[in-house]
Amino acid sequence: MSHLSDRPEKPVVGVSMPHESATQHVTGAALYTDDLVQRTKDVLHAHPVQVMKAHGRITALRTEPALAVPGVVRVLTGADVPGVNDAGMKHDEPLFPDEVMYYGHAVAWVLGETLEAARLGAAAVEVDLDELPSVITLEDAIAAESFHGARPVMLTGDVDAGFADSAHVFTGEFQFSDQEHFYLETHAALALVDENEQVFIQSSTQHPSETQEIVAHVLGLHSHEVTVQCLRMGGGFGGKEMQPHGFAAIAALGARLTGRPVRLRLNRTQDLTMSGKRHGFNATWRIGFDADGRIRALDATLTADGGWSLDLSEPVLARALCHIDNTYWIPNARIAGRIARTNKVSNTAFRGFGGPQGMLVIEDILGRCAPLLGLDPTELRERNFYGHGQTTPYGQPVTQHERISAVWHKVQENGGIDDRTREIAAFNAAHPHTKRALAVTGVKFGISFNLTAFNQGGALVLIYKDGSVLINHGGTEMGQGLHTKMIQVAATTLGIPPHKVRLAPTRTDKVPNTSATAASSGADLNGGAVKNACEQLRERLLQVAATQLGANASDVRIVEGVARSLGSDRELAWDDLVRTAYFQRVQLSAAGYYRTEGLHWDAKAFRGSPFKYFSHGAAAAEVEVDGFTGAYRIRRVDIVHDVGDSLSPMIDIGQVEGGFVQGAGWLTLEDLRWDTSDGPHRGRLLTQAASTYKLPSFSEMPEEFHVTLLENATEEGAVYGSKAVGEPPLMLAFSVREALRQAAAAFGPGGVSVELATPATPEAVYWAIQAARRGGVSGNGSARDGSATDSAADSGSAADGHAANGQVRSDAKTLSGA
Amino acid sequence: MTEARITVNGKETPIAPAAPHTTALDFLRERGLTGTKEGCAEGECGACSVLVARPGVNKPTDWVAVNACLLPAAALDGQEVITSEGLATVGEPGTPATLHPVQEEMAARGGSQCGYCTPGFICSMASEYYRPDRCAHAAPAGGTEPADAEHGPNGFDLHALSGNLCRCTGYRPIRDAAFAVGAPTDEDPLAQRREQSPPAPVATEYTRGGQVFLRPATLAEVLRLLRERPDAVVVAGSTDWGVEVNIRSRRADCVIAVDRLPELRELRVESDHVEIGAALTLTEIERSLDGRVPLLAELFPQFASRLIRNSATLGGNLGTGSPIGDSPPALLALDASVVLADADGEREVPLADYFTGYRQSVRRPDELIRAVRVPLPLSPVVAFHKITKRRFDDISSVAVAFALDIEDGIVRKARIGLGGVAATPIRALAVEAALEGQPWAAATVEAAARILQTQGTPMNDHRASAGYRSAMLGQSLLKLYARTTEGVSS
Repeated sequence: MSHLSDRPEKPVVGVSMPHESATQHVTGAALYTDDLVQRTKDVLHAHPVQVMKAHGRITALRTEPALAVPGVVRVLTGADVPGVNDAGMKHDEPLFPDEVMYYGHAVAWVLGETLEAARLGAAAVEVDLDELPSVITLEDAIAAESFHGARPVMLTGDVDAGFADSAHVFTGEFQFSDQEHFYLETHAALALVDENEQVFIQSSTQHPSETQEIVAHVLGLHSHEVTVQCLRMGGGFGGKEMQPHGFAAIAALGARLTGRPVRLRLNRTQDLTMSGKRHGFNATWRIGFDADGRIRALDATLTADGGWSLDLSEPVLARALCHIDNTYWIPNARIAGRIARTNKVSNTAFRGFGGPQGMLVIEDILGRCAPLLGLDPTELRERNFYGHGQTTPYGQPVTQHERISAVWHKVQENGGIDDRTREIAAFNAAHPHTKRALAVTGVKFGISFNLTAFNQGGALVLIYKDGSVLINHGGTEMGQGLHTKMIQVAATTLGIPPHKVRLAPTRTDKVPNTSATAASSGADLNGGAVKNACEQLRERLLQVAATQLGANASDVRIVEGVARSLGSDRELAWDDLVRTAYFQRVQLSAAGYYRTEGLHWDAKAFRGSPFKYFSHGAAAAEVEVDGFTGAYRIRRVDIVHDVGDSLSPMIDIGQVEGGFVQGAGWLTLEDLRWDTSDGPHRGRLLTQAASTYKLPSFSEMPEEFHVTLLENATEEGAVYGSKAVGEPPLMLAFSVREALRQAAAAFGPGGVSVELATPATPEAVYWAIQAARRGGVSGNGSARDGSATDSAADSGSAADGHAANGQVRSDAKTLSGA
Repeated sequence: MTEARITVNGKETPIAPAAPHTTALDFLRERGLTGTKEGCAEGECGACSVLVARPGVNKPTDWVAVNACLLPAAALDGQEVITSEGLATVGEPGTPATLHPVQEEMAARGGSQCGYCTPGFICSMASEYYRPDRCAHAAPAGGTEPADAEHGPNGFDLHALSGNLCRCTGYRPIRDAAFAVGAPTDEDPLAQRREQSPPAPVATEYTRGGQVFLRPATLAEVLRLLRERPDAVVVAGSTDWGVEVNIRSRRADCVIAVDRLPELRELRVESDHVEIGAALTLTEIERSLDGRVPLLAELFPQFASRLIRNSATLGGNLGTGSPIGDSPPALLALDASVVLADADGEREVPLADYFTGYRQSVRRPDELIRAVRVPLPLSPVVAFHKITKRRFDDISSVAVAFALDIEDGIVRKARIGLGGVAATPIRALAVEAALEGQPWAAATVEAAARILQTQGTPMNDHRASAGYRSAMLGQSLLKLYARTTEGVSS
């Protein structure tokens, strides 16, 4: 067992604890960025001037009419920027653009004494525009070859030889949807200046250090003149990793120019129309299987809809490529990636960060090909699992391949899958208008930032004379329970009860140069750093205790707030120990640091071992579908997930459940629609409100929901043997989509490859049912040009006889209305 | 007239200096009660849920959860409001507050992650906690199994939370918390408050900045005002107008509230009809009718969310004239009529003749919907099919309501109301004709379903394609047929 994973006697990690702010949450006392406005005097309110055209060059911007509106104090434009007019890390994201790049792009901001005044002022600003042609859909971008950023290619083995070896070859195309984060708290910032013109910004940000960096360069300041604090976020999910910077910069610019606090809070419509989303993708693919259904070769091109600027599209695409294998060994692969440039918001990080998109491609392929191969989809999946000594297409060994099967078999055992499969078959035989289906899917998700440099964390731990402990670390709290885990890590390392430990809000003047709280890495990186700081303090205190107890320091243990030496009943209470240390002039603060060991990544060659380890999980989902309407319910979900040895089981189970339902939302319900017409509102987001963009509610919660954490799962390479948990469970929701596909197929004659659009709304399921009833012919009559045929010479060996007709092309556009 | 004020968490608070259009949400936040959150500003997410003391159905007063983002603060003049902050009992200085039972369960069971939606969930949950007849539906002592997927062993109806969205938890721990709460104790001051009369409606004239919010004391005064102020916006629960104010930034010089007028709040079952006051909330109607109009009983759980139903009224749903309102298809199938009042008297208009165009009706600007009449006896075979992306709290793509008399296998009478297929809610007259006098049998039903799917002119939009909408019309009749012949559940 490694030093990092070793747990001491009576650890506080591993104990189920409520969220550290749970009491404040339920009473409404917990403060979020915009709650501070009422506690701040003389605040000005910022409102954007959004231009409602998809693309055009600004020829005139007249702000005088806004200044005539009572209560308007100032209009911020590009001319006001003292530093660099850019809000991104790629220098392609002007804070005040000359060119409108998407429908709703903010080109100026109005500051008012009230939000109402700022709103009326913004409406009065006049913008003249030379309209330019726009690219809205991913298909149009591909046709126009409108791309930006890197064009990576991941190669392994010999693809041509792999196809030559294949008994069955299928081709297809798959386009799937984007997803809105819909954190309940919209983007918010509150900026103040002090007597030295230094800037203090309260921001709802997952990446305070980068917010600080962007604000500094916009204002022409150094980083030590800008402090960013994040109290907590009302949800982030990746949407506040890079997107908050520009909003914080606007508030900071306003505060610098007026000398007054400036508050910027997007309302829901603004947040939906101005901030980036999960990337929708297009995938074209060709796959070869041997006669037993084992994948021999995969040739695919993944195109991400990047939107108007790059933002995080390149690393998102890289992670998509790195996850197209999911749990399956693909010996020969050529996977190309590219980023479409479209006149829409700039798509960004979202829980899973490209991983879900890559994995969805292979899961969709397997779901569509299983009937064509004459195999049960569960069997086809299991047959392709990684085995001993096999490596990913980018060259990383899959060291814990046995956990792929461990969670797979455990979830089937927990869910009583064999019995239920029989029950479902009996139910379906008796019910012509209602069908049930159960699908099992697995997850393998790489943990660490692909970019090696980000894999570091820092902490500052302070012990006060009275024995109380205050932790600062670089991670932000967005509901994922990071702070709860950090309290548990600190209490465990110091050997004290958790109530002695408090957490300070995340601030850039406490821990510098932090990484985003992202990539599920929050607990790994910051936990490593908190542990490191606490170990330094513990070593110092053990020396003090050893002297007091008359023992050797190596024989002293601090457990539950009492220091004892082995084999002696002499005791020293924590508070006394700390006080003694103070009077002995022992330093009671420590800066902690952690870097993830053993990572390397060559982005050009697209090879390396970018991940410290993989997280694993498996889900079994049962659905019931109404044949009249396509409406469905999730009857039961069982999950077994590998979080290593959990730091905080209730928090981890919450992450698994929440991630699962969020993933199910993306795959089945959440439906972003854009105006793709040539009308005056081309490029407008049509679903720009909670009334039109539906996220899962109580009705989407599985009626029975059983989540189990894999036992005896110590991860040697992470803090106290734990594993990351934030993102991987989202992808367990593939089981719901596959169950819906199978239920739709159950209305048909069997052996039919069923296409299912994403999101699989009741309408999409209805068309899939209609297609299944017709034996796999496309549903609603619109042209579906793609087709997939088993092109291998010996296709006669396919057990089904439908292979030749089996159309393997899903096409969301047939459902896109507009 | 005295100064307009609201009792918030037991403390009287002047509404001034809020503007007449200022929402209760902004009013509370500006007074430092920032636990109440804005998540969507259109009554969809419930982060702004607060408790209001309203006339009760089974006790003098109910604690009703409403969306504070939709309600003008001025509409709460003289009323009592409790927020999440007010549910916890503040202890002696230096000691932690005592959590309310629903807060206790939510905190202990992991019901909050980011915590932003939590205060709203707490208020919605507290409202159901205090519902007087909840415990009557509880499982026998010791029972822990939920009655069904939507009801807890403690009688808790999950629909109470259908208007609250959480993006973090996936809802399971929130459900567990909801299903774990017990019964209020006798000492619970909010439980005690239910035994006293609700705050009386207060005639309000709240004017600032050239805008006025009016709550006249009598119907006669409202009808007189409507003649004088044809520009006035009439609100009941403000669930529609609140969206206009927040999302489309509409402002009105004059808003007139009618939701507490006694003449609009009666529910009477007569020998040949049921009369439902236009300003009764959907929740009040649902609980007062208690299943006596089965088609409405089928409609209510599908109508928006509990938070909206706690404020929304039939008068409002018909008054806005939306083609996708949920009540018109059902009321059309019930052969309902609308009682319109003006300063000179009343007239009764069959609902089938009421709508004249997109958000247009025969109602003149000086007329007010006073009541809706549903004739008796009711047709026994009924169904309400609402086609949506999401089962709870969604706007329909299409809605179909059926009310059929089938005797000896023959359809004697058929009424079918449709929403979402035309500029107004419509009757499917051709389908009714195709069914009446025919056997209730596969062949005639299939023929009628083919006609049904040609009704109206459904459109393609973000909710559904035209093709799906048309298909669902026909499918809804086939589904009803299967339900009557094969016991397929709805």
